[in-house]
Amino acid sequence: MIYTKNLTKTYNGTTVLNIEELSIPKGQSFGLVGNNGAGKTTYFSLLLDLIKPTTGNITSNNVVVDESEDWKPFTSSFIDESFLIGYLTPEEYFYFIGELRGQNKADVDNLTAKFEDFFNGEIIGKKKYLRDLSKGNQKKAGIVAALIGHPEVIILDEPFANLDPTTQIRLKQIIKDLAQKQGVTVLVSSHDLTHVTDVCERIVVLEKGNVVKDLETNPETLKELEAHFSGGAIFSDEEE
Amino acid sequence: MVINIFMVLFALYFVAIFIGLGIGLLYLLKEGFPDQDPFVVANNYLFYWIIADLLMRFFLQKLPVMSVKPLLTLPIKRATVVNYVLGKSALSFFNFLPLFAIIPFSFMLVSDGYETSLVLTWMFTMIISVLIINFLNFIIEAFSAESEISFLPIIVIIGVLFGLNYFEILPMTSLIGSAFLAIAHHPILILIPIIILGLCYGFNFKILKKKLYLDSSLKSKVAEVNTSDLSWTERFGDIAPFMKLDLKLIWRNKRTKSMVFLLFIGVLYGLFFYPQPVYREMTFMFALIGIFSTGFFLINFGQFIPAWDSGYYKLLMSQNIKYEQYLRSKFILMVISVVILFVLGIPYVYFGYKILIAHFAAAIYNIGINTHVILWGGSYNRKKINLDKKAAFNYQGTGAVQWLIGIPLMIVPMGLFGLVNWLVGFAAAIALLMVLGVAGIVFHKKLMKFITKKYINSKYKMIDAFSQDN
Repeated sequence: MIYTKNLTKTYNGTTVLNIEELSIPKGQSFGLVGNNGAGKTTYFSLLLDLIKPTTGNITSNNVVVDESEDWKPFTSSFIDESFLIGYLTPEEYFYFIGELRGQNKADVDNLTAKFEDFFNGEIIGKKKYLRDLSKGNQKKAGIVAALIGHPEVIILDEPFANLDPTTQIRLKQIIKDLAQKQGVTVLVSSHDLTHVTDVCERIVVLEKGNVVKDLETNPETLKELEAHFSGGAIFSDEEE
Repeated sequence: MVINIFMVLFALYFVAIFIGLGIGLLYLLKEGFPDQDPFVVANNYLFYWIIADLLMRFFLQKLPVMSVKPLLTLPIKRATVVNYVLGKSALSFFNFLPLFAIIPFSFMLVSDGYETSLVLTWMFTMIISVLIINFLNFIIEAFSAESEISFLPIIVIIGVLFGLNYFEILPMTSLIGSAFLAIAHHPILILIPIIILGLCYGFNFKILKKKLYLDSSLKSKVAEVNTSDLSWTERFGDIAPFMKLDLKLIWRNKRTKSMVFLLFIGVLYGLFFYPQPVYREMTFMFALIGIFSTGFFLINFGQFIPAWDSGYYKLLMSQNIKYEQYLRSKFILMVISVVILFVLGIPYVYFGYKILIAHFAAAIYNIGINTHVILWGGSYNRKKINLDKKAAFNYQGTGAVQWLIGIPLMIVPMGLFGLVNWLVGFAAAIALLMVLGVAGIVFHKKLMKFITKKYINSKYKMIDAFSQDN
């Protein structure tokens, strides 16, 4: 589904991302972990053609992302608050995204109705603008908006951050369903190793822009990841 | 950076004007009122100064409460924080500005032979008055924050005072004038303004101390949603989602909301010129005034395309949208505004039919040419805009593009119009503007294609620039 080849991104001589080859099959729930500055958001931004690759490219469903826009109809994402329109209510925002993705009001209402639990009564019908919602509620609205219009690829950057525990658990279920039952390719990044191992079938560890681990999730994965990152911490302590 | 330089220049400009006023006022008064004591006359005008100062402060000066948020968790007494905020407000530029007029004027008075003690007392009274106005303004603002229509209190207060004075029910000008004179002659009376100042400060202290909690004044206001039925936009077909978004953008954000009032200024713009016969003689001015008056919204809204959407530009760029639809929505909006402004400006026919014809030609030119020019200029926009900030004195998002775009927008049509008007005649000049405008409308599709390409080419640069906080 998503094939990355020789992808690098360089800012003023510093390479922030360097992926030789990475292939994500359709319907996989894919987790990206790494410390700050590891290149997670850079990779997602390249996937969405928000920045231009220095070399190489990403092919999504046979569409070269930075050459054609044909990937847009089947791709959706929530990266950060700049994906929200602050002066709209959540409903208006959903309808707007729906209109862009060819969904009418009824379609959107049907979809959002399924997420009543997830919203926990704090999103719909509150007569509040998105800019006035709490960070967690903004995130809920952003994530659900990314599910509108039957996308085949969903990209979520740090979806668990700022969410309360109940919502985190619900979100995990949503992501699992998307990948397993609906065959959606879900790409998730997180700082929280437990969440990613719970949700993702496959986890890739980025470090300073390079892929250093590529794991199939199994009961041992969490331990392995923890060992990796605590090792890194000791290593960086020694450096100082 | 550009913004800061601009603000400094602006401040210096005002300082220069005030110094000039302070030095020149005495001569002006002597010229204007040769048989009266200029000091008395000056005092009689103080009422107008107080009113103007209050009005100006109300719209421009805000108590710097938000800046104390980090202080609340530090081991500092609440009263100290309140005093700090109020004290800080006393150091505002608005309080220093009048000094640049008051002090030179006092010097001039002394050198003109007025008693030094008299002038000094007066000068201190003035300084105290400045501070009284400073704190009075915050009291008014505190009340208006609670009322539905936020500037109702100030309008009522100013209106009543002005009315009392104007209809001579209560002669405020001479009352205030004699009060200041009385204090100047009897220095002991200076205690009265000092007490008033103390009361104002105390009142502010009380209001502020109550409000200095995260859940009251420091909490950013949560606005009630005003949903409106925008289904009429559906007739515009595939651009309807963007039109709805644009209309909400304009109506629901501080910065853009003030632009609606610019529509009124646009309509009234001609009144600055046409009532004066001098301008009615200058036919070449009609085109400029016409362009400006019918294009007031176009220019003010258009110059920040696409920066209005800078806050969520990444979303738009990763969504399944057609750039051309996005731009066409803005285009239609600007065209509608030109038509509305032209229709509202029809009464200008009172000043001569030629003006109406010129405005019509200017409107056509605005629709055909200027809309496209300003959209094209937008593709060079690299400055983010924060929609929540007020519009007055807000130069955020202003860059070289905004100044340069003014040339093709206004100078070119005025030059062409003036030239042809001078060489051939009025009818030919009007015809030229209209032909150009119609040509723009005819080639609309082609022009939009070209403009859209420009936007696509600078996509990465724009995304990058809009995600920087400047």
